[in-house]
Amino acid sequence: MTPFAQLALRLTVLGTVAVLVQIAAVSQISVLGVSADLSPLIVMAVGLLCGSIAGAAMGFGVGLFVDTALLQTLGVTSLVLIAVGYAAGRLRELRDPAHGLTPVAVGAAATAVATVGFSLMQFLLGVDSPVSWLLIREILATIVVNTLISLPVYAAVRRVLLPVLPEDPRRRRRRAYVTGGLSPISRG
Amino acid sequence: MYKQTVRRRRAALGLLVAASLVLLTGYFGESSGGPLHALQRGAMQVLAPVQEGTGRALKPFRDLVGWFGDTLDARSERDKLRAERNRLRDEALGAQAARRENQQLRRLVALDRSGELSEYQPVTSRVIGRSPTVWYDTLTVDKGRVDGVRVNQPVVNGDGLVGKVTDVSRGAARITLITDHTSGVSAKVITPIVDSQANGITGLVQTKVGNPDDLLLDFVSRRSRLQKGDRVVTAGTRSNRLESLFPPGIPIGAVSRVDEEELAQFQRVHIRPFADMRRLDFVQILTRRSGDPNDDDVAVAP
Repeated sequence: MTPFAQLALRLTVLGTVAVLVQIAAVSQISVLGVSADLSPLIVMAVGLLCGSIAGAAMGFGVGLFVDTALLQTLGVTSLVLIAVGYAAGRLRELRDPAHGLTPVAVGAAATAVATVGFSLMQFLLGVDSPVSWLLIREILATIVVNTLISLPVYAAVRRVLLPVLPEDPRRRRRRAYVTGGLSPISRG
Repeated sequence: MYKQTVRRRRAALGLLVAASLVLLTGYFGESSGGPLHALQRGAMQVLAPVQEGTGRALKPFRDLVGWFGDTLDARSERDKLRAERNRLRDEALGAQAARRENQQLRRLVALDRSGELSEYQPVTSRVIGRSPTVWYDTLTVDKGRVDGVRVNQPVVNGDGLVGKVTDVSRGAARITLITDHTSGVSAKVITPIVDSQANGITGLVQTKVGNPDDLLLDFVSRRSRLQKGDRVVTAGTRSNRLESLFPPGIPIGAVSRVDEEELAQFQRVHIRPFADMRRLDFVQILTRRSGDPNDDDVAVAP
């Protein structure tokens, strides 16, 4: 099996399991009056680890699965999560953030983009509901809860994908530290 | 090489966005019997057993997290329940007198006592999925068409009204809760004081996105004097705007607050639902065997 196929297989399994766990368990647990939403965190983690194309594809797949499983309007969640995955992937490609708490900040941003984007899409589709303080509170609470769990979710995704990652930023940095910034070949 | 990578990346992004927009447009444009809706229902049928298995496997985890929350809430809950008990004790005394009076009146008018709910066959179902977003307050349950479940059938639990069925596949169904922003239930107010003016006042129970614990009873005249704690039940009536699909007398909630705006014709009555929508493991779907005009197997738009 090619490395690309291995990565695709793992991403598919990861997305399926994550959405099922989300729907069957996480959505039914209330913290601060809201439920955590794993979807943007999973997509964000894939984007950070695998790049923009994989992140966007994961966003599309997870969004489609969520919309299908929950009988929501097809394409809405996909569209929002594509933006999340692509943006996280581009961040990795352009900046390659080194700090260990990067997933926390990116997780918060991903959740904010997902929740606000989803709300905007609903308004664009004609949902008749006012922008109330309650809605804003709900969005903020979801961002807080997701921020709290973003690090373990990122670690779990990284653990699943690590064997098939083409190039892991942490490994690269570790190698650079050990070799003084040079690859073993150039040192030799 | 770099340009090729950029082109490939942009092409992939464009393709995915275009696919999403095509799906969105197609789904939004087609009727509920269209191919995309049918595909979704098929997927729901396939996913229902998987969701049920996952839900059962993860129940200990849910319970563990719930236990922590329950422990934290227990003290305040106890105090509230004590106050509730005292109030109910007082109400029960009043209700005994009212019941005797009611029996006498029923005999006088020869009212049919068969009750609306006796026409229904309750089907107990396990909740196997729940929407994570605030925009769709929906559940998926493990009973479907083969169990007699049809679109628009009312759903209750031990505490009161929960919602209605909005989509059905062979072995699963989607329930839209009364806390969903698309929901509307005609309701009436029951007060402990028999001769109160507020007794029997009707309105429409709706909700705002983002607060499942706060329903709104709309279209209640400012002249009606409602009190905190007054009970709200389904009216079972039909209006031009939103048909009531629910039989009369199902408890919905208790009045928690009444807002009166100076210039408004109606007051805004806030209701706290009896059913805890965030913790539903089992619900009962009130099915009918036959002769129900709502038995058409037609899905409604989400």
